[in-house]
Amino acid sequence: MSQDRISQDRLPLLRRITRKGHAVVAFTLDGAPCEGRAGDTLLSAILNSSDSLRRTEFTGEPRAGFCQMGACQDCWVMTEAGERLRACTTPLQPGMCIVTMMGKAA
Amino acid sequence: MSARPQPLVVGAGPAGIRAAEALVAGGLRPLVVDEAPACGGQIYRQRLVDDGRSTKDLYGSEAGKAERLHAAFGALEGKIDYRPQALLWNLRDGVADIVVAGATRRVAYDGLVLATGATDRVLPVPGWTLPGVFTLGGSQVALKAQGCAIGSCVVFAGSGPLLYLVAWQYMKAGVEVAAVLDAAPAIAKLNLLRALPLDPGIVLRGTRFVAELRLRGVAIRTGIEDLRFEGEGRVSGVAWREGSRELRLDCDGVGYGLALRSETQLADLAGCDFRFDQRDRAWLPVRDTAGRASVPGVYLAGDGAGIAGADAAECAGERAALALLEDRGLAFDKVRAAKLEAALARIGRLRDALEAAFPFPAHWAAGIDNATTLCRCEEITAGTVREAASRFDIGEINRLKAVSRIGMGRCQGRMCAAASAEVLADATGKPIEVVGRLRAQAPVKPIPLALQLTAEPAELPEAAE
Repeated sequence: MSQDRISQDRLPLLRRITRKGHAVVAFTLDGAPCEGRAGDTLLSAILNSSDSLRRTEFTGEPRAGFCQMGACQDCWVMTEAGERLRACTTPLQPGMCIVTMMGKAA
Repeated sequence: MSARPQPLVVGAGPAGIRAAEALVAGGLRPLVVDEAPACGGQIYRQRLVDDGRSTKDLYGSEAGKAERLHAAFGALEGKIDYRPQALLWNLRDGVADIVVAGATRRVAYDGLVLATGATDRVLPVPGWTLPGVFTLGGSQVALKAQGCAIGSCVVFAGSGPLLYLVAWQYMKAGVEVAAVLDAAPAIAKLNLLRALPLDPGIVLRGTRFVAELRLRGVAIRTGIEDLRFEGEGRVSGVAWREGSRELRLDCDGVGYGLALRSETQLADLAGCDFRFDQRDRAWLPVRDTAGRASVPGVYLAGDGAGIAGADAAECAGERAALALLEDRGLAFDKVRAAKLEAALARIGRLRDALEAAFPFPAHWAAGIDNATTLCRCEEITAGTVREAASRFDIGEINRLKAVSRIGMGRCQGRMCAAASAEVLADATGKPIEVVGRLRAQAPVKPIPLALQLTAEPAELPEAAE
């Protein structure tokens, strides 16, 4: 089954309450330009732009992290260069190119 | 200064900070290793950047404690070696392997204080892996450290004091809280009367949270059963049962947790003996009242050694450090040590009452549907685990792991070990303690494979930067 990126017409998962006016930190998500804010973790930045951050290896179901404190290991994403990052404990850096595989067939 | 290697403190939360402080006061220079970029642990976690909120906004009634701890740790600068954003991934016989800034280094230590903290305990329910479902702790991290809400209309479900605290914090932050769903029956809360004389502050604060949530129209339901999270691709609702009544609510975010579970992997690698603790319903490293583990030179403090909360963690961290000083033949304050132990005993009685007020719904394990994912990492269902246990006649959790891969994934059982033990105990009709505990393996968290191949091991840490 192929599925378009599910977040196109859906609201992001997280809702920003503070730091709305903080400096924009530009990054890309599956090639699309996105904006985080200074002080974001990679997880916050992705989930303020999208409603999931990866598909699981076996069933392809969407995931968006769980514990947000580096324990559950459910928010590993990959950079375009192939580096693996745990999104909840990685500070967002300008120019990060994140590949979520969300567009891939399940 | 002795020629012996320096003591090693793992964790810079309330226990680790107080341990480091007491070691410095005793004349030692500890190495403090912590995964976070700044001290405070989970409860007093600091933001990556200032966001205009005050410490009172962030930590509420505990703001004073947070400020004192952060300041105490700041005052140790130059007197300790501090490695933030560092993962201690392996331990044995006075040697630790630590990943810092992409390189792994080997460090010799003499005296080890483990202050590793805790994460949420969960039991799988249908839909618990949906995007938008986070742990209670995770929901709190999003709000406190990142200033982000997990949704616009949020439900908090599970049990434990954190359930009401997080719901109240979200309400205060202006987020619509649709409901608080408490697994514990209302009558269990009568146990709070026992807690009242032990710590009136904590009980009255909890009572105020509930009153304010009700005043704002938040539905608070107790004794809920058959909890499940619904949605296609992300959470869109929560359903549950109260007696024979089926209920359902729309929501776009869920915080879920059943109190906390200790991070005991490093104690296991250090060779510590474990015992089954009936109150925490968990295997915990054995320790004496001072925090000494079964292995000489290893000390345990804070929630990583058994759930007792942040105040206890401060006491236990300091007490463990005093024990380390004593065992090293250094001067320590005996009166202070006795005072700390008395405080810990009092908090222990408080925990007895709180645990009875928020009992773990162990009976949920029997009701976990066969189709429900038990292991998030390896995507193993409860049905697969039950079938494996039955087909191979397995009654022990590590054997179950070998045939089913349960607990073998990236999280090393942090999210599924409690549940798989409960499911196995239920399936075999054995008491929970009989099915045993998952043994920890190094690396205790994922590390890049290339690290071990490229890094030059260093014998000792560099001087403090």
